Amino acid sequence: MKNLDELRKIRDEVRKGLELRSGTHRAKIVVGMGTCGIAAGARDTMKALMDALEKAGVSDVAVTATGCAGFCEREPLVDVEITGQAPVRYGKVDVAAASRIVKEHVLGGKKVESLVFG
Amino acid sequence: MSKPRMFLLVPIDANTVIAGAREVKNRFSLEIGKRGLAGEAKVIETGSFGPADAGVVVAVQPDGVVYGRLAPDDVPRIVEEHLVKGRPYVERILPGEKPPPPPESEDARHTQLHGRVVLDNCGRIDPDSIEEYIANDGYFALGQALTAMTPAQVIEEVKASGLRGRGGAGFPTGLKWSFCAPVKAREKYVICNADEGEPGTFKDRLIMEGDPHKVLEGMAICAYAIGATRGYVYIRGEYAISIERMQRAIDAARAKGLLGRNIFGRGFNFDIEIRKGAGAYVCGEETALIESMEGKRGLPRLKPPFPAQSGFRGMPTNVNNVETLANVPAIIRRGAAWFKSLGTAGTPGTKVYTILGHINRPGLIEVPAGVTLREIIEEYGGGMQSGSFHMAQLGGTAGDILGREMLDVPLDYDALQKVGHSLGSGAILIMNESVNVRDFLHACLKFFHHESCGRCGPCRNGLHVLRDITGRLKDGKAYKDDPGLMQEVALALKSSAFCPLGQSPAAPIMSAWRYFKDDILSGVDSNAARPRMARSLRADLSAAI
Repeated sequence: MKNLDELRKIRDEVRKGLELRSGTHRAKIVVGMGTCGIAAGARDTMKALMDALEKAGVSDVAVTATGCAGFCEREPLVDVEITGQAPVRYGKVDVAAASRIVKEHVLGGKKVESLVFG
Repeated sequence: MSKPRMFLLVPIDANTVIAGAREVKNRFSLEIGKRGLAGEAKVIETGSFGPADAGVVVAVQPDGVVYGRLAPDDVPRIVEEHLVKGRPYVERILPGEKPPPPPESEDARHTQLHGRVVLDNCGRIDPDSIEEYIANDGYFALGQALTAMTPAQVIEEVKASGLRGRGGAGFPTGLKWSFCAPVKAREKYVICNADEGEPGTFKDRLIMEGDPHKVLEGMAICAYAIGATRGYVYIRGEYAISIERMQRAIDAARAKGLLGRNIFGRGFNFDIEIRKGAGAYVCGEETALIESMEGKRGLPRLKPPFPAQSGFRGMPTNVNNVETLANVPAIIRRGAAWFKSLGTAGTPGTKVYTILGHINRPGLIEVPAGVTLREIIEEYGGGMQSGSFHMAQLGGTAGDILGREMLDVPLDYDALQKVGHSLGSGAILIMNESVNVRDFLHACLKFFHHESCGRCGPCRNGLHVLRDITGRLKDGKAYKDDPGLMQEVALALKSSAFCPLGQSPAAPIMSAWRYFKDDILSGVDSNAARPRMARSLRADLSAAI
């Protein structure tokens, strides 16, 4: 170790990967992963969400799964809960929709009206 | 490949390993792989974050769920229910436990985890990853000390913080360092005393298992302050996981140039080695520890000279406890004023305890100095498990026994001293009425008798006598003068034994007498007559005293 800057570089790099692990997150994305959701492609949706977050370099958004919400016909369902705001539910979220939701809602802060479940 | 979205933190320490933590951890990896979740869920080994006596513990983040008492066969259910379907498996959730958030975060502000200084990383980071320690501001205190402070300034800061030795005696740490700093010598040493031998105390083990780099950083800062170039961690041999993790931490720190030569480009050289103890209680005494490190039998030395003048290999040596050293990085990084804002005026900072006995949530806690026994039982220990509070022993077998009257005394060095007690090493054993004080005292004295090193007469012979008296009291067969003789011998030991081993049995004996006099007297059989032989022994003893 030559100097403090070298130490700082390691700290900042590693820190990004640790945020979720300590339970702190500014937003949570919940994917319907009941049998119905998985049959409708929720696995791919989940992967797409995670890839989009990774590409954007975001590390403080939690992605979790949940069971059937009773709207099997509209699966895959995705809920976006930004801390301090009312949760928003999206229906029929395919891979393309997933990356839009991440880009426009989770990162951009504006919900994707055309995809909102209603 | 995307980052994992779920983390399973598995505390691997000596207790959980016995309960089968490694098997559970391996099963998790297997089941996660089977389910194709390998990229999504990551299993991480950590140190303990608190719960003890809860079997195998696993925390799932970011959901904030803690499972306890897990067997490998529970794992498929948890993977299926929680990881795949997103619903926690309620049957195995450990009530009242939360995984540790970063201690200064908003989430932590309303929990008991807020304000952790020593255990802030325990249970959160992978102890085998130096990067994760650095990500939590690790080694920044060392960097700051080396680049922006003189050794004298470091000592001043530690002095100003009011940090006191956490091994039990409570001696001011900065003052201890200032004894060693001015001594001129070819070589000086820093020793970390990790020979945690006090029964019921295992906080140092959990600190080393959960955050080994913090101890190393504290040692390096101390070495810079007193001018030492070599450090030793004296760990008792039974602490296998501590030894492994500390060794890996030393290797990682060397590889990163945080130990070795010219650290931070400031010409400071320092390296650390581990020495294993063979498990003798007396070797927790610093001069006996040094003797043992030199390859001799672990017997305490005559003081003075103190180790600060002539310690290991006759060189100036500073010995500090694990927890004491683990406080140092935060003091340097955040300043003495911050440290003084925690705890009480006489005992700034926090204290790490292992709480045990008849309480609902035994385990490892870190609390601001000055909380009371009642608060510890109710708030941290989850209340009494059964019955009501009868007595507590503070600080391991060499500690005082406290009765109900002491439930509301603040636990800091000065407040306890005022009422005639001491804080001890950090174990708190809480007992309900099912424990008889006479049985308990005899158990304590059997321990001391077994551990006496035999060097000095008072300890060698006195503990033999005390063991026999408490044995008779326990059986209800004590002679009329036994209770008096017990105190007489205990006090004689306190004033004449060579080292704290022989001096300390007076603590449990005299404090038990203070609160449970009637219980002790009920062990006397008024018809029992002392045999002639023993009577002459008593005369000898009195003459010797």
